[in-house]
Amino acid sequence: MSGLTFVRQFGEVALAIMIAPLFMGWIAQCRAWMQNRSAPPLFQPYRMLRKLFRKDAALAVNASALFRTTPYVFLGTMVLAAAIIPSLATDLPFARAADAIALIGLFATARVFLSLAAMDIGTAFGSMGARREMMIGFLAEPALLMVLFNAFLLYGSTALPSLVEGYATHSVIDPSVIFAAIAFLMVMLAENARIPIDNPATHLELTMIHEAMLLEYSARHLALVEWASSLKLFNYACIGFALFLPWGIATHGADGGQALLLAVAALAAKLIAAGAVLALIESLSAKLRLFRAPEYLAIAFLLAVLGLLVHLLLGANAHA
Amino acid sequence: MLKSHLIEQLLKLLAAGLLLISFAMLSRRRTQRLITLFAWQGAILFLSTCLVAYDAHLTELWFSAALTLVLKVIALPWILHILIQRLGAQWDTEPVVNIPVTMLVGLVLVIFAFGLAQPISMLATTITRNALGIALAVILLSFLMMITRRKAVTQVIGFLAMENGLFFAATSATYGMPMVIELGIALDVLVGVFILGIFFFQIREQFDSLDLHHLEALRED
Repeated sequence: MSGLTFVRQFGEVALAIMIAPLFMGWIAQCRAWMQNRSAPPLFQPYRMLRKLFRKDAALAVNASALFRTTPYVFLGTMVLAAAIIPSLATDLPFARAADAIALIGLFATARVFLSLAAMDIGTAFGSMGARREMMIGFLAEPALLMVLFNAFLLYGSTALPSLVEGYATHSVIDPSVIFAAIAFLMVMLAENARIPIDNPATHLELTMIHEAMLLEYSARHLALVEWASSLKLFNYACIGFALFLPWGIATHGADGGQALLLAVAALAAKLIAAGAVLALIESLSAKLRLFRAPEYLAIAFLLAVLGLLVHLLLGANAHA
Repeated sequence: MLKSHLIEQLLKLLAAGLLLISFAMLSRRRTQRLITLFAWQGAILFLSTCLVAYDAHLTELWFSAALTLVLKVIALPWILHILIQRLGAQWDTEPVVNIPVTMLVGLVLVIFAFGLAQPISMLATTITRNALGIALAVILLSFLMMITRRKAVTQVIGFLAMENGLFFAATSATYGMPMVIELGIALDVLVGVFILGIFFFQIREQFDSLDLHHLEALRED
């Protein structure tokens, strides 16, 4: 039994690592369709990674060990996060090691390392990008925590798997979930350098945040960072599914292949839908001025807090 | 019993949507978006009134739901659209207080409203008693919008949103007001919008702008 759960655990992590770039490619393709451009092939991110892995890495003369280890740390934290998030099954041995608050800590660790590495070289762009990233991060984190508190209150647990299982048994739509879902979507866009906050497709020095931090990376380091970034987006999407759309995830009691196959199919369907929705949002909205970003994230925070309040007032006798 | 439980859930969902729209109104800068949101608020009000009417088997409430649909979802937004197009006032300037601060104040108002409504809603026996706090919060948020905006059109929208909140409070606490009063209020609101529309043109003629701070000082000549 425990052997099977470990197999399931590693299968889930491997799947996450493998299909994260595909999710990025799918979003890029949807976006291209919506903007009437001819779309890049679905596997473009993999080709990009292959190209980067083949090249020789160039390092700045004053790059320290921190700069060189950061891509590995970034990818490592994201893989660990993928192990904790119940994207396919809730019966995961890793998931008991950390709850959702520790998960936010993992994301914060990755952010700190990336920002320090960007400042390490001492170029103007790197430190500018690092500062902006930290500003976005410190505004987005409380909003994300509030979203999670919302779910914790609803199901009385801080562990993601039991949240999913609680959802499966209650099956009542609480009004606070709407607020939390909108807030989570806003935080997800901000944290993953998507369009209202940052544009992943440009290197315009006035506006870039995430790309400015990666400017000094090349070859395999860049490939690792890009891969980790796509895994981060994938992880966020999976947290969103676990909190708000947990249908199809194989629960504790379900055993064996059939539930797992169903879970894979459900995950694929959700990812396809989520990619289309993300592309739609990015096509419809314009990038905000950097000084509007605090306002955007303040709104996300307020929505999450409102969700809590609504739950406390309206949801008091919801499960009677 | 099960059906009534489902209706209660749906009503809570709609009440939450109403609150969400009130906050969206606070965060918007463009007048045209505000009018669209106001129409959505009316639509939610219409749906919730229909649900209460269905659950309580009250024919009067069906009439007031129809009145809401005609007046608040179709007529008033349409009139306001025509007004702002004639006035060329699609844009709102910066509000008096910046938007994050306004939202924070709004959050405090919601907490205040919920705290205030808790003992009252204990006494009520209607299906929507929990929504009283939200109705109160919508009223206070509309007040806040009227206070923090400078332009005449947005203040009128705030006023109308406040009336929506009052209507919601009435349906949630006591299954609606008597029909005569409701008809009177509906007529008042309609006439009020017409009169305020005339005021808009007068204000613009006098001051070449719809900014209400021109009205604050007395003029010598």
